[in-house]
Amino acid sequence: MSITLVFDVAITGLIMGGVYALIAMGLNLQYGVARVLNVSHGEFVMVGAFITYFAHKLFAINPLVSLVLCGPMLFIIGLFIYRTLFQYIRRSSEALDVFEGRSMLASFGLLYVIQNIALLWWGPNVKAYSYLNYPIRFLGLTFEANRLVALLFTLVMITVFYLFVVHSKVGKAIRAAAQNEKSAQLIGINVPAVLGICFGLGSLLAGLAGSIVSMMRELTPLMGFPYLIIAMIVLVLGGTGNILGSLFGGLILGGVTTVVMYVEPGLSLVVSYVIFALILLIRPEGLLGR
Amino acid sequence: MDHTRGHLRNGVFFLLSMLLLGALPFYTPPYTTVAVTSILMYVVLTVSWAMFCGPTRYMSLATATFFGVGMYTSAVLGERLPFLLVVGFGGLFSFSIGFLTGLICLRLRGFYFAIFTFGLNELVRNFALWWEARVAHTVGRWLVLVDSLTVYYYMLAIVAMTILVAFLVGRSRYGLILYSIGEDEEAAAHIGINVTRYRTVFFALSCLFMGMAGAVMATKWAYIDPRIAFNPILNFTPVLMALFGGVGKIVGPILGAGVLTLASEVLLSRFPYYYMLLYGIIFIVIISFLPDGLVGLARRLRKDSLISPAGS
Repeated sequence: MSITLVFDVAITGLIMGGVYALIAMGLNLQYGVARVLNVSHGEFVMVGAFITYFAHKLFAINPLVSLVLCGPMLFIIGLFIYRTLFQYIRRSSEALDVFEGRSMLASFGLLYVIQNIALLWWGPNVKAYSYLNYPIRFLGLTFEANRLVALLFTLVMITVFYLFVVHSKVGKAIRAAAQNEKSAQLIGINVPAVLGICFGLGSLLAGLAGSIVSMMRELTPLMGFPYLIIAMIVLVLGGTGNILGSLFGGLILGGVTTVVMYVEPGLSLVVSYVIFALILLIRPEGLLGR
Repeated sequence: MDHTRGHLRNGVFFLLSMLLLGALPFYTPPYTTVAVTSILMYVVLTVSWAMFCGPTRYMSLATATFFGVGMYTSAVLGERLPFLLVVGFGGLFSFSIGFLTGLICLRLRGFYFAIFTFGLNELVRNFALWWEARVAHTVGRWLVLVDSLTVYYYMLAIVAMTILVAFLVGRSRYGLILYSIGEDEEAAAHIGINVTRYRTVFFALSCLFMGMAGAVMATKWAYIDPRIAFNPILNFTPVLMALFGGVGKIVGPILGAGVLTLASEVLLSRFPYYYMLLYGIIFIVIISFLPDGLVGLARRLRKDSLISPAGS
């Protein structure tokens, strides 16, 4: 095994891990805090990727600049969906477990709505653009430039998001609502607003991940679903409601799937599910569970 | 008294509809038979889903898995065994896998059960894709064709079995046991119910019918691959149909499956391009505005229109 291969696997693993972590932290905000197991989460990754693609193709906007564009757009879409659809369902459900079931099913309908709007609007063809698609030498090794940039930006976004959750006022309100909604309400936190923000932030993180993915992969309107599955696996791996758990879970899963990908490509998803099933059966509260 | 009369009426209604459906191919064009076959398939999937998941409130999202197991049984054994045995084995394999699944996820409740079953389908699908590509060196499989009339009558027989079993389970003590598990699992265990046993057995029983339906339907579709057999949309459709009809009574899932299958046939022929988009919108609308389904809606309307007598 050559040193180049080791570095190649390590970099790919880190990028995929970072992307998985972003998506899973988003799903964790939506399920862990807002109690919506958003089955359409992967579609927001797809929308983010397409926004970046069209910004690049039509207006020649740098994909890294698109991150600034894409994030707020998806935040607004997510917030709007929560305020209209899920808040309505929440108000008309008598208990929280009823709401969880109904909101998951509604989000499955949403998956088809978003996916098919994308299919009708953008067509079923595979799309791709090339960005920084040349090799650079670094520490005596050769890397593709776009992957290094993707890695760097993923790590930056994760750090910024983590600092936001830990130190900002909104972040503290989110964590309070995640721990105990009633007590959070009692100390003056506007819980319904916080839940909406959580859902919006979840879409935002998925969209940013989509932007990053679009720099390296081909895009189709059907690309979202596998990312949902991965986000669910990571969510279980790290524990629901535990943002840091999703971060580590994402990095672990990214590493494992990348290694399996090099050994036996067809089995990388199968291995992820086996991990998922084992965690669910042995430690349903997650590796870092409360 | 009133209860018995209700059962008698339901029984007569059931027999009459079975006779009518049995005579259907003699009076209608072949297309109708084919269309009704797909309605019957959804009735089987929805009623068997609701039989276990309705009273226990365990939301299984693995209907496609057990249906797909039946399909693959049909594909593998179809040439070697008579059709009746193939269908039987489809049910049996599905039952066994359902039983194993039930045993494995003993500790899982609520949300975890739902995503475990959802993940199970993805696991099986991806494993089947890998197996077909690397071990069997194929993409999909062709099936021995069975004429559409045979398929229709097999499906009708499975429907009758499913409804009868669901009815018998529902009014026996097992129905009450399942219901008490759904109300409060720990309390059920405390009053001496072997929760694990009943949960596993009845989950497997509901899988039996899904597997049989899969074994029959595969011959109608002639070609299957893992993406068709384990299509995740079939995990959700029976849930939607059951909720649309209302899960409390058997008539709910039957009604839901019938109406929604008809509606989707019409949509598919009228708006082929917008079909999946409309499917999504209908899904959201039903979940948002019809939480108790058609049966619940009918009950609510009846309550509104009648002045309830005092002291009743």
